[in-house]
Amino acid sequence: MREVLLVAAKDLRIELRSRVLLYQVAPFAVATLVLLGFALDADRSALRNFSPGLFWVAVLLTALLAAQRSVAVEHAGRAADALLLSATSPARIFAGKALALAAQLAALEALLGVAIVVLYDARVEHFGLAVASAAAATVGIAAAGTLYGVLAAPLGVRETLLPVLLLPVFAPVLIGATRAFGDALGTAAVNGWAWFGLLGLFALVYAVFGALAYGPLLEAET
Amino acid sequence: MSFLLGRSPDRSPPRAALTHTGSRTTRILGAGVLVGVVGLGLCAFIFSPPDSRPGPEAGTRIGQFDVVRLMYVHVPAAIWTYVALGTCAAASAVYLWRRSTWWDSLAHACAEIGVVLCAVTLLTGMIWGRPVWGTWWEWGDVRLVTTLVLFLAYAGYLALRSVPAAPEARARRAAILGLGGAVLIPIVNRSVEWWENRTLHQQSTLEELRIEDLTLFTLVLGIFVMGLLVLWLVVHRFRLAWLEAEAESAGLQAALAERRAEAAEPVAAGAGEDGAGEGSAGP
Repeated sequence: MREVLLVAAKDLRIELRSRVLLYQVAPFAVATLVLLGFALDADRSALRNFSPGLFWVAVLLTALLAAQRSVAVEHAGRAADALLLSATSPARIFAGKALALAAQLAALEALLGVAIVVLYDARVEHFGLAVASAAAATVGIAAAGTLYGVLAAPLGVRETLLPVLLLPVFAPVLIGATRAFGDALGTAAVNGWAWFGLLGLFALVYAVFGALAYGPLLEAET
Repeated sequence: MSFLLGRSPDRSPPRAALTHTGSRTTRILGAGVLVGVVGLGLCAFIFSPPDSRPGPEAGTRIGQFDVVRLMYVHVPAAIWTYVALGTCAAASAVYLWRRSTWWDSLAHACAEIGVVLCAVTLLTGMIWGRPVWGTWWEWGDVRLVTTLVLFLAYAGYLALRSVPAAPEARARRAAILGLGGAVLIPIVNRSVEWWENRTLHQQSTLEELRIEDLTLFTLVLGIFVMGLLVLWLVVHRFRLAWLEAEAESAGLQAALAERRAEAAEPVAAGAGEDGAGEGSAGP
């Protein structure tokens, strides 16, 4: 566990020092929400009804950037080699990097959450469900993003390839999280906790699959 | 399969694959496919009746009429899509265990054929859906949405494979992606089912359609012929993948030999110069 936290702390420290998340990714996330508002003709009631889906579309697009950033820091200067030489197991490296990515995504989701309340007039009716489903979705997105990010990282076309690989994988997260948020924000009459279960299953499957597959992928990269 | 695809893993490539992708077996198989396609065309377009039955009001007929003939391509393509992509995932898993080019080539071949079949399934489904369901696309249909996500996931697999990289690294990345696509499908299926919990496939086709004897025969024939076609295509694509791997390896060996020769030349030239120097410094 200590090694997992060390890897996560390293990634978060890099982000704190470079401030790419703050100066580039966060403005991108908010700009996406603003553009989606324009796309729906700035109709307040429509924006409020569709706010769960728009929120998660913005999160997933932002997650693409964050996942690319997460692997780019390892690829620059062959830092991944140094990580492997540290004798930390690939599964722990994966867990550490996914944890750091999840922490960054959680911060961005908090920002976007405030943005949909202000811009889309969204109202949170079940705060616990919103937090729990966001946490489960975030873990799933971070696990899949870390795995597929390292898969595309060493290739010269990673900026275009990663979205092609990741967006189909995010499809169940978008469906599940939108429905769970629909219940939490009172815009859909569904059982949000059932959707939380699906998000949890997705997170579990990709966390286990990522931990198993990360080793062969790192070997392929070196 | 090994008599069609070549020898078992970790052995030398099939002899036929050294120069071309055809062999006596594949030529016989290809002839069988041709005969089957002609037979299927006759059954589908001439012998089998259109889907038509008496309507609730006297003198009216209801049904899918001639549109039902698309089923003879759509259903077999859908079945063989799942078989081909399932084989890709299984071959990817075995590749990660055995690390053999044979399994990697099989996964690549199955993915490529599977994506083409998936596109055929989606296109024929949409063409069928427009007159029968009244829409090109129905978001609430579990199978439709799952098939689209499957298509996108494995299109990404082919995109990854098309990026130039070291063969071993590319094979490993592709194997994990191929396996990841298979992991995704049950989750997507479950999520879409919960999302709308309905499917137009059952409501509009299987429950309402009264399958006549000849219609059923044509459908089974379509599945069989499509299976033969898929097998024929996979064998050729597998052998082509093997040839590509061989050509890549031969190109690498030639480049290495060239570099070694280049590296040896200055030494020889230098030795000659030194020799001349020594000679001139002689008596």
